[in-house]
Amino acid sequence: QIFINNEWHDSVSGKKFEVFNPANEEKICEVEEGDKADVDKAVKAARKAFELGSPWRTMDASERGRLLNKLADLVERDRLILATMEAIDGGKLFSTAYLMDLGACIKTLRYCAGWADKIHGRTVPMDGNFFTFTRHEPIGVCGQIIPWNFPLVMFIWKIAPALCCGNTVVVKPAEQTPLTALYMGSLIKEVRFPPGVVNIVPGFGPTTGAAISHHMDVDKVAFTGSTEVGKLIKEAAGKSNLKRVTLELGGKSPNIIFADADLDSAVEFAHIGLFYHQGQCCIAGSRIFVEEPVYDEFVQRSIERAKKYTLGNPLLPGVQQGPQIDKEQFQKILELIESGKKEGAKLECGGGPWGDKGYFIQPTVFSNVTDDMRIAKEEIFGPVQQIMKFKTTDEVIKRANNTAYGLAAAVFTKDIDKALTFAAALQAGTVWVNCYSAMSAQCPFGGFKMSGNGREM
Amino acid sequence: PIPLPLLSLQIFINNEWHESTSGKKFPTYNPSTLEKICDIEEGDKPDVDNAVEAAKAAFQRGAPWRQMDALSRGRLLHKLADLLERDRVILAVSTVIGKPFLQAYFIDLEGCIKTLRYYAGWADKIQGRTIPVDENFVCFTRHEPMGVCGAITPWNFPLLMLVWKMAPALCCGNTLVIKPAEQTPLTSLYIGSLIKEVGFPPGVVNIVPGYGPTAGAAISTHHSIDKIAFTGSTKVGKLIKEAASKSNLKRVTLELGGKNPCIVCADADLDLAVECAHQGVFFNQGQCCTAASRVFVEEQIYPEFVKRSVEYAKKRLVGDPFDARTEQGPQIDQKQFDKILELIESGKKEGAKLECGGLAIEDRGLFIKPTVFSEVTDNMRIAKEEIFGPVQPIMKFKSIEEVIRRANSTEYGLTAAVFTKNLDRALTLASALQSGTVWINCYNALYAQAPFGGFKMSGNGRELGEYALAEYTEVKTVTIKLSQKSP
Repeated sequence: QIFINNEWHDSVSGKKFEVFNPANEEKICEVEEGDKADVDKAVKAARKAFELGSPWRTMDASERGRLLNKLADLVERDRLILATMEAIDGGKLFSTAYLMDLGACIKTLRYCAGWADKIHGRTVPMDGNFFTFTRHEPIGVCGQIIPWNFPLVMFIWKIAPALCCGNTVVVKPAEQTPLTALYMGSLIKEVRFPPGVVNIVPGFGPTTGAAISHHMDVDKVAFTGSTEVGKLIKEAAGKSNLKRVTLELGGKSPNIIFADADLDSAVEFAHIGLFYHQGQCCIAGSRIFVEEPVYDEFVQRSIERAKKYTLGNPLLPGVQQGPQIDKEQFQKILELIESGKKEGAKLECGGGPWGDKGYFIQPTVFSNVTDDMRIAKEEIFGPVQQIMKFKTTDEVIKRANNTAYGLAAAVFTKDIDKALTFAAALQAGTVWVNCYSAMSAQCPFGGFKMSGNGREM
Repeated sequence: PIPLPLLSLQIFINNEWHESTSGKKFPTYNPSTLEKICDIEEGDKPDVDNAVEAAKAAFQRGAPWRQMDALSRGRLLHKLADLLERDRVILAVSTVIGKPFLQAYFIDLEGCIKTLRYYAGWADKIQGRTIPVDENFVCFTRHEPMGVCGAITPWNFPLLMLVWKMAPALCCGNTLVIKPAEQTPLTSLYIGSLIKEVGFPPGVVNIVPGYGPTAGAAISTHHSIDKIAFTGSTKVGKLIKEAASKSNLKRVTLELGGKNPCIVCADADLDLAVECAHQGVFFNQGQCCTAASRVFVEEQIYPEFVKRSVEYAKKRLVGDPFDARTEQGPQIDQKQFDKILELIESGKKEGAKLECGGLAIEDRGLFIKPTVFSEVTDNMRIAKEEIFGPVQPIMKFKSIEEVIRRANSTEYGLTAAVFTKNLDRALTLASALQSGTVWINCYNALYAQAPFGGFKMSGNGRELGEYALAEYTEVKTVTIKLSQKSP
């Protein structure tokens, strides 16, 4: 149901929506469908919880930190339940959900818990006979719209810093994957966050999500999802009440491999960097630039690596790849694969669907990809790896930066000069050297250009 | 007629002066005399495109501006401040927008010079962090310049608002495309010649005079502009944020309107409070985003406060900006003039008590008499809408809880002021007021070191202080794998 003021509510409209298991296309359950009226209720509750003099506003900062730490404890306690739920709802490999997703959630909660009583302002030596200082106050009611690729991790990435700083939140989890967010509602109540501090309204983007981004009493909206929707959200923010906006959007991240790199390491990182979670990552290294001398060898080893995959039920051990999240994504990825074939890329392996139930796609590798092909320009969000060739440093810097995106990038080389030149030259919010996907609660994460506005973590 | 030095009245791109692509020009007027001063080349989308091309080229990897040591960037900003000091009189004169000359000279120009020097000092101190990340990685952040920044500046403090944007932008290594307000382009264009004289590389600063719906819109919708900073009305601020979203998600800083509460408690130093509240609302002909346009006075001292405020208002000298005795000049143009008079009429109609002023000065173009209203209630238009003119609404309050609620009951949230000698009251109000700046026992204390910006619909982001640097840098996290964990 809908979680407002630490209580569970039916939707105002009485409507419900269905949640599916992408591994077998079967319905898991029904969830109350929130819409504008429910968002209004949630915002009212969040606004009241944020009032001057309320329990949340008068709570010591250190106590806020304690609550976040207690929440981390409960997530640890219920790690198995949450991981299983995430695997079934999101098509995520159970082992990955348990070790990686849940691990990141717990660590992020504890990291932000530690910051709570360290939100410092400054004293400022202003001209004239004045005593001046700044206060870093909570923004207020924060709307947070969560995606379906890392439902619980993205939920935590948003609520942890928001609560740490003293805000109240209205969260809309993705309609494909609302279950773990709703479970968190019960943990939030158990930890005893004051009522109204966290409110969760499951529903769809054009209804619930739009209600949040247009709301005149929401002070800030944070969104992770596609660049297309990110633009709509920032527009809505401008049209309504100039609410502050943080966006984590798409990417077409370049992964640059030099001839002097440790080739085994590069192949492995490039592989995981693309295929992790069925390619459904904003940071997917979906344009791999390999220096000419090692191109053929790199392609060979990448194909071998991709062919080793077992697809199947994400709950079972021994399965390395699960299904895509839903039919829409499934069809979009297949369409882009077809465009790759049509536009002349060389299909090295995979290239089509797998199995007769569920949204599974074979791990696919394209070589001889050129920059003008759709698979080199558009975000695929699926298990499709593009490998292109390059000759010189200047050339690859230009090609890597030649995109409206700018989320992440990587370079593999042992040469210190090359490594640091790329760290400076690549237009990306995160640059990895000799690794990929290295993320941790301590490092800021976010996009240059149209991959986002602002930073998380 | 004021003798103007040889001013280039053209579009400034790549350190050169250009005519407009369309061949059109637009006139600029002196609001004191309503006479045309001169014609200026009118920039539109093609000129903005040219300026952006130049700014982009100047920002390329390997370009002189990118290769320059940070310290040298700081030196250029210092030299620019030196030239402003050298040409201070000319610039103050060129600020011929009805602002009293002495105010332009002592306040506007002072603010410009100090702000430039403040940011000159920051240039080589834009620091990232090293971060203790889990496992065997070295992790650090770089605070890189955003790229090409669009700056759209208002007509109330034309040069100062330009410097508030230019200084941090250049300090952090960005390049600029500036559109000054169409009512007041002259000082911005003059800065172009100083930029060239100082030796900023071509393309680092570009200036395209023109109108909002044409040149301004071209900037906010441009796909190659990475960030836009705007000072102006909330209405236009919303359009700009919308345009930024629809185009390329460019980052946005907005400094918008205000309906700023000025709270005077019974224990305040009454003379100080009256004077500050007076200057707070009447400064610059009331044309300040920080205008103290809702004065809340504690019941006990209300009649005395009103009486003294009226005396002050009646004494305020309105006249020729070049007369050293003048305290108040004309409003900027007919549109503003009409709007202010309309709001004054609404005050009379809705039942506020007109204590003095309340009309234009006959036969004097755009001059309005300093106006004071008392017995104002919160639902009146003059208590809710931003007037941007010499009109002071004074209301009464009983308790602190009540005045906090009333002060915060607005979509704006730019500044607020509190007059009291009581420590507890001062700090309670400082915490409770939803404003980007809270002044205690003072007004308009604005200096380069202290961040400035709005809560709620008074803006997004902060200018001035160290905080402005965050508006002009993009954070990049670099994570490097090591073969072993390093302590």
